[in-house]
Amino acid sequence: MNNTFMKKFYASRITYYVLLLTIFFTAISTQFAYAQDDIPTDDEVNEVAKGLYCPVCENTPLDVCPTEACKQWRDVIRTQLAEGKTKEEIEQYFVDYYGDRVLAEPPRTGLNWLVYILPPAVILLGAVLLFKNFQAWTKPKETESVSSQERSDGSSSDKYILQIEEELKKRK
Amino acid sequence: MSEIVERKSVPLWIQIIVWVLLAGLLVLVGSTLSKRQQGSIRPGDKLPDFSLTLFSGYEFEGKSEVHLSDFVGKIVVLNFWASWCKPCEQEAAELEEAWRFYNGDVMFLGADYVDTEPEARTYLKKFQITYPNGPDLRTQLSQMFRITGVPETYFIDQQGVLYYVKVGPFLSLDEIKSIIEQKLQ
Repeated sequence: MNNTFMKKFYASRITYYVLLLTIFFTAISTQFAYAQDDIPTDDEVNEVAKGLYCPVCENTPLDVCPTEACKQWRDVIRTQLAEGKTKEEIEQYFVDYYGDRVLAEPPRTGLNWLVYILPPAVILLGAVLLFKNFQAWTKPKETESVSSQERSDGSSSDKYILQIEEELKKRK
Repeated sequence: MSEIVERKSVPLWIQIIVWVLLAGLLVLVGSTLSKRQQGSIRPGDKLPDFSLTLFSGYEFEGKSEVHLSDFVGKIVVLNFWASWCKPCEQEAAELEEAWRFYNGDVMFLGADYVDTEPEARTYLKKFQITYPNGPDLRTQLSQMFRITGVPETYFIDQQGVLYYVKVGPFLSLDEIKSIIEQKLQ
């Protein structure tokens, strides 16, 4: 009976320590996870920044722009990521504040559609024209080669030509 | 005997579409170029009625947005600045001093160009600026004036006509006063 009591006592103590350790490690891991979410990494910031351009530094994407203005913009991205905003929400914030020109890809509205439609349309048109021209170049060559073959192997064509020439001479 | 090869020409409707597209493209390029070559608004130009949204704490008579038409009969000094702009710091104190000197008889407006609000507020506090200030939202105002950089200051007379443009920082309070006095007399 005493032995059974001791076994139960040790079992309950082990359970207690296991529970305590579980709580401890859970608390630590949650804390680490929270810390990671709290401060977005440079890579996370740059992932959003590469889709934006500051109007002050034209043609330099925000993720590689070294100016003070761009540094401030990246800080805003970091803050907004920490607040849990998505890439699209952050981009929309920058568009609302600074205009469409900050986007690397213009929004698909109005005249901006030309940027997306015109290049492929021109390429397609060019391809069609090239194809048509190639066809036109190859056809005459085939007929020329056939006629030159006829001229080389048979005298029949020469005979007819001679007849025509004679007729022409008579008419003169 | 050689055959007579008839070349198939491109159908007329395709030719028309191509020419229409080309003409449209030329018109578009031409209009864009002419807009760009128009240049900035020049002294002597009557300005359209632009608006400026103001930062909270920097409103004008309780209004969070002001229009140029609100200040008919007053000289308006519109200053473009940014917190990241070092030359802007050279003139910040002088502009505030001039605003206080004219005590509302001359309207001073600050347009914060391509900036972030926390840094802009730090800048305004640092130089103890009290005249109405706000962000150049969607860079519409700077595009309208076609500013070449910051700082840049536009002096608008009582009839809404631009009469002086200062590119770069003011060197002294007297310089600001002398430009304003031209139209106050």
